[in-house]
Amino acid sequence: MKQLTEITLSRRTWAWPYVLFLVLFVVLPLLLIIYYAFTNGQGDFTLYNFIRFFHTTEAVNTLIYSLAIALITTIICLLLGYPAAYIMATAEFKTPAVMALLFILPMWINFLLRTIATVELFNMFGLPLGEGALLFGMCYDYLPFMIYPIYNTLQKMDRSLIEAAEDLGANKREVFTKIILPLSVPGIYSGIVMVFMPTVSTFAIAELLTHNKITLFGSLIQRSFGEGGIAMWNYGAALSLIMLIIIALTSFFDQGDKDDAQKGGLV
Amino acid sequence: MIMTPSQIEARRRERALKTKQVAGQAYLWLLLVVLYAPILLIIVFSFTKSKVFGNWTGFTIQLYENLFTGYDRTAQVRVDPNLYRAIVFTFLIALIAAVCSTILGTLAAIGIFNMRQKSRRAIQLLNSIPMINPDILTGISLFLLFVFLGITRGMVTVCIAHVVFCTPYVVLSVLPRLSKMNPNIYEAALDLGATPFQALRKVLIPELRPGMISGFILALTLSIDDFGVTFFTKGSGGLETLSTFIYADARKGGLTPELRPLFSLIFLVILVLLVVMNIRSARQEKHT
Repeated sequence: MKQLTEITLSRRTWAWPYVLFLVLFVVLPLLLIIYYAFTNGQGDFTLYNFIRFFHTTEAVNTLIYSLAIALITTIICLLLGYPAAYIMATAEFKTPAVMALLFILPMWINFLLRTIATVELFNMFGLPLGEGALLFGMCYDYLPFMIYPIYNTLQKMDRSLIEAAEDLGANKREVFTKIILPLSVPGIYSGIVMVFMPTVSTFAIAELLTHNKITLFGSLIQRSFGEGGIAMWNYGAALSLIMLIIIALTSFFDQGDKDDAQKGGLV
Repeated sequence: MIMTPSQIEARRRERALKTKQVAGQAYLWLLLVVLYAPILLIIVFSFTKSKVFGNWTGFTIQLYENLFTGYDRTAQVRVDPNLYRAIVFTFLIALIAAVCSTILGTLAAIGIFNMRQKSRRAIQLLNSIPMINPDILTGISLFLLFVFLGITRGMVTVCIAHVVFCTPYVVLSVLPRLSKMNPNIYEAALDLGATPFQALRKVLIPELRPGMISGFILALTLSIDDFGVTFFTKGSGGLETLSTFIYADARKGGLTPELRPLFSLIFLVILVLLVVMNIRSARQEKHT
């Protein structure tokens, strides 16, 4: 009896249901991806799924192309987003919070519908739906994810450091390159990760933006789970595992503080 | 009036600062115009009844009428009933997922906070996996799990999947509140004779409420906006949320025109909510 009360009293145990939940619905499913990737339809061990991928030039090219598109999108978002975040964090707005909110507000509209509207916009101006539309649409969808973390770090920055640098004779450019930029690196890292990860794995946006003209790696994975039965699932699992490795490698980049619940950028 | 050189210098600086600010503001507004252009397009074309998005056939509020009555008077056909089912399911799933993840996440946060450093770090690492994982991987891994365990996919599996990617955000919203609160008041409540449940209800929850609320709202938003995870866990039983409905619609070629007024209204509601929230928080700041 005494033990029982101890268990309910020690609040440590309150996390147990969630830990169990995580093991069952996060860890186990990820292990299943590995299991399916290394087996065939009968459940026997095989490397065939990976061999098949590396022997399909089209599939390998799709992966490289997707990585390139994600990289370009991330760079464009950084180039567009950093100045925006910087202006928002430093300019004397009467209402800085409102400005930040305005950038997040579009995210509340379903992104598929926004993407379709973007397609319409391109149609109206008579622009072709190809790579340009794809890049525009991706940047459009993920720019807020770049702006927000950078804005957050810039805002939390200790202003007295800038003043100190100025007092000690640094000019505007030196202040930026030696103080502001290094201090905003964690925000830049999180921004890069938050834009790169979804763009490299996206599967619906590319289809809609290019009317199926361009296939990205995500769509390739999705298709292996749509048709072809179980044999394709194993192949799809192998592709998913490759994606998982890319994501894991990218996530090492993120050095931003993990306790930041505002990451999603809401309240 | 003659100005001293230092005054002239100050003036010049002020002016330079102003041009810089104006240029900065102009840049921000330009980005916002581009960001909002597609949304404006949706709103503008919600006021014309053309079936094809982007085709203006004159101003009318017919689509709004169709949306609310569920019947297209001029074409004499019903508005796709699946649209209404999708609306209901979207919000129902979001509500269930948000409630479940708020409860699960709050308890987990309290547990994690009271753990020793080592296990605490391990669980936080585990907690970050669903946040890092892109939706397609979360979706596929859960798809494989449900297939492996022989669970029929449907409403329940979608809800579980949404709880998976919502709860980490709740945990992260609640944890900072815990480190801010006085750790002794919970023990004090127990010492004064409260049961753990009473102490939770009367002491912990009121302290954690702001974090729980922001976690709840975040979970709602994430769930409503989700497409990838739902796509893989909904099964083929005809369950659709707005996201998967739009996707299926777009692949068929035509978008159900009533989606335009629907999302215009959603946008309006959110805009009003945010404005109200902002005014309220601004007022609170003034008072304190």
